[in-house]
Amino acid sequence: MNRKTALLSAAAIWIMAGPGIANIDIPIAYLEQQVERPAVLTNLDRPPEDIGLMGARLGLADNAQTGSFLGHEYSVSETIVPLGDDWLEAARTVLAEHRILVVHAPAEKLLALADLPEAEGALIFNASAESEALREDTCRANVLHTMPSYAMRADALMQFLVSRRWTDLVMITGQRAADMEFAEALRNSATKFGARIRAEREWDMSSDMRRNIGQEFPLFTQDFPSHHVMLVADEAGDFGPYLEFNAWEPRPVAGSAGARPDAWSDRVEAYGAAQLQERFRRTADRTMRPVDYAAWAAVRSVGEAVTRTSSADPDVLRDYILGDRFELAAFKGAAITFRDWNGQMRQPMPVATRTALVAMPPMEGFLHQSSTLDTLGRDRPETACTAFN
Amino acid sequence: MIRTTVSALALMALSAPALAQEVWISNERDQTVSIIDVQTMEVVDTIEVGARPRGIMFSHDYSVAYLCASDDDTIQVIDVETREILHNLPSGENPETFVLHPDGRHIWISNEDDNITSVLDVEERRIVAQIPVGIEPEGKAINHAGTIAITTSETTNMAHWIDTETHEIFNNSLVGSRPRDAEFTTDDKRLFVSAEIGGGLHVFDTETFEEIVEIRFEIPDVHPHDIQPVGFRLTEDMTRAYVALGPANRIAVVDIENYEVIKYHQVGRRVWHMAMSNDETLLFTTNGVSGDVTVIDLVRQEPIKTIQVGRFPWGAAYRPADS
Repeated sequence: MNRKTALLSAAAIWIMAGPGIANIDIPIAYLEQQVERPAVLTNLDRPPEDIGLMGARLGLADNAQTGSFLGHEYSVSETIVPLGDDWLEAARTVLAEHRILVVHAPAEKLLALADLPEAEGALIFNASAESEALREDTCRANVLHTMPSYAMRADALMQFLVSRRWTDLVMITGQRAADMEFAEALRNSATKFGARIRAEREWDMSSDMRRNIGQEFPLFTQDFPSHHVMLVADEAGDFGPYLEFNAWEPRPVAGSAGARPDAWSDRVEAYGAAQLQERFRRTADRTMRPVDYAAWAAVRSVGEAVTRTSSADPDVLRDYILGDRFELAAFKGAAITFRDWNGQMRQPMPVATRTALVAMPPMEGFLHQSSTLDTLGRDRPETACTAFN
Repeated sequence: MIRTTVSALALMALSAPALAQEVWISNERDQTVSIIDVQTMEVVDTIEVGARPRGIMFSHDYSVAYLCASDDDTIQVIDVETREILHNLPSGENPETFVLHPDGRHIWISNEDDNITSVLDVEERRIVAQIPVGIEPEGKAINHAGTIAITTSETTNMAHWIDTETHEIFNNSLVGSRPRDAEFTTDDKRLFVSAEIGGGLHVFDTETFEEIVEIRFEIPDVHPHDIQPVGFRLTEDMTRAYVALGPANRIAVVDIENYEVIKYHQVGRRVWHMAMSNDETLLFTTNGVSGDVTVIDLVRQEPIKTIQVGRFPWGAAYRPADS
């Protein structure tokens, strides 16, 4: 009790003393749609229930500290919609009170939310959906994306492979929608950067083969032509983790398993990231996942824009975030900005195994006339998004 | 006769020899300090220190070195003659950088993980104040008058102006992303702050707290992302700033009268910090990734030597020869 009072009076002193202080409230909503998790082979890796939410909470804590010096009061309301509940009803309720949203939901749910009449003029951050279409044909002016797309992830990995001259590839894909989308992105990336996917096979996911991996995979991969690296598109982490050391040829695995490109990895340590990892660990009592990072980056982007504009108006913030002056220090070695043609956050992306960072693309030598970060994912000339014009 | 001479020599050998000019380098990943003899430009000693050594500096009389042993949560005091750790001082958690007040008695410390600036009394060996600041406090500076302390906070993107008497923040200046280092000019009229991700060197008027200018850097064939100003030093006569540019692997030479970049010196990989000789003729830069120190001759204006040190050299401090 005493401590709280002391802190409050300290804050009061700063507020009185500092010039340019404006008291502003910045209410942000975290909105999550729970989804059914696909069953995977191993029972050992149970994903935490609070992925995303903890990232938003850390972002709030980071913003609040900065805000305390400027008279900016941040809050994050948390709404988690259980399976089977009415998503749009929940979304309407949130939109009635909030104009800034961080959303952790599948692409179609996000899109339905963004198209609500109540969502017009809101500032919505997509912190989880990787679908390419959301950034392209079905892009929406009120949606920015802190989560990278499948294409960005595929490009990050492919740049790394090509920079090592490991250009002969084979690919094994799963049968779920996310696997298909990521596989398609990997194919496109291979074409874009001059690698070859020499053969592909689809893994029939119907059998539980924990006990006979050693017999199944060598046979399954025996006919592959010679290759440097085996790609795997298995986003749920079902069979992919078992590929390494069980294929016919001893080749590294990359993609959804092995060396994996992502928005974030708990193996990122440079660029001050050790501090972010530590702050996150203290907040969540676990390591930071990609969706945590994307939610954190969304809340921090709002914070950075509020700090620089002294405004909580979603239009002002959106303009600033998409403008030239915005930059977020986001622990990946380069200032984070947003693409003004589709609202996608530009970012370096770690390629990492579960134990070590492999690389942090964009790789050296992949050049671009304005930002090397735009070598990852679809670039301005190729975009199908028109909502930002 | 002969006997007397011998014993005199023996006495001389026993008493400490005059120390040469040295530069002390903290090696973040090796838990060591490398000591470079400036005359020979070689590492003459490597001493074992605490975990994750980063900030390093000497007392005003150069009798001891202070070292942030970040992961041991302490400031170590090292005797410069014997190279022995005399004692550990309280520092608050995870001390990263620090600055010694002109009174020679108070060290202002950035506690990186706790969003705190701690003030340590080295005589009483206790923390006398803890000041809440922004997230990831980093750069530290105190003006020559000893009245104002600066803490930069990397995630809050501010320079906090702290009254050294009352220990209260009396102003906050927004700077570019990820502010790192701070230093006042000799006349205390200007404050310089580097912004690693923002990519600029910000100059503030210490009367109005207004930004005078932001100095930007451009290097042919180096991507702007890689130009990340971190440590820097200002010359006594207020004509030059030497700025470490991180992964650009360069030291920028800036004319701080006209705010123009004059030259870039190529150094080792990922240059963090630097030490300057007291006569301002030599600069020693810590190159984190290449694990070495580049020596730049500031008169001839060129790098003259690379000295291998430990893994991830971070901080550097210069001490003159004993007279």
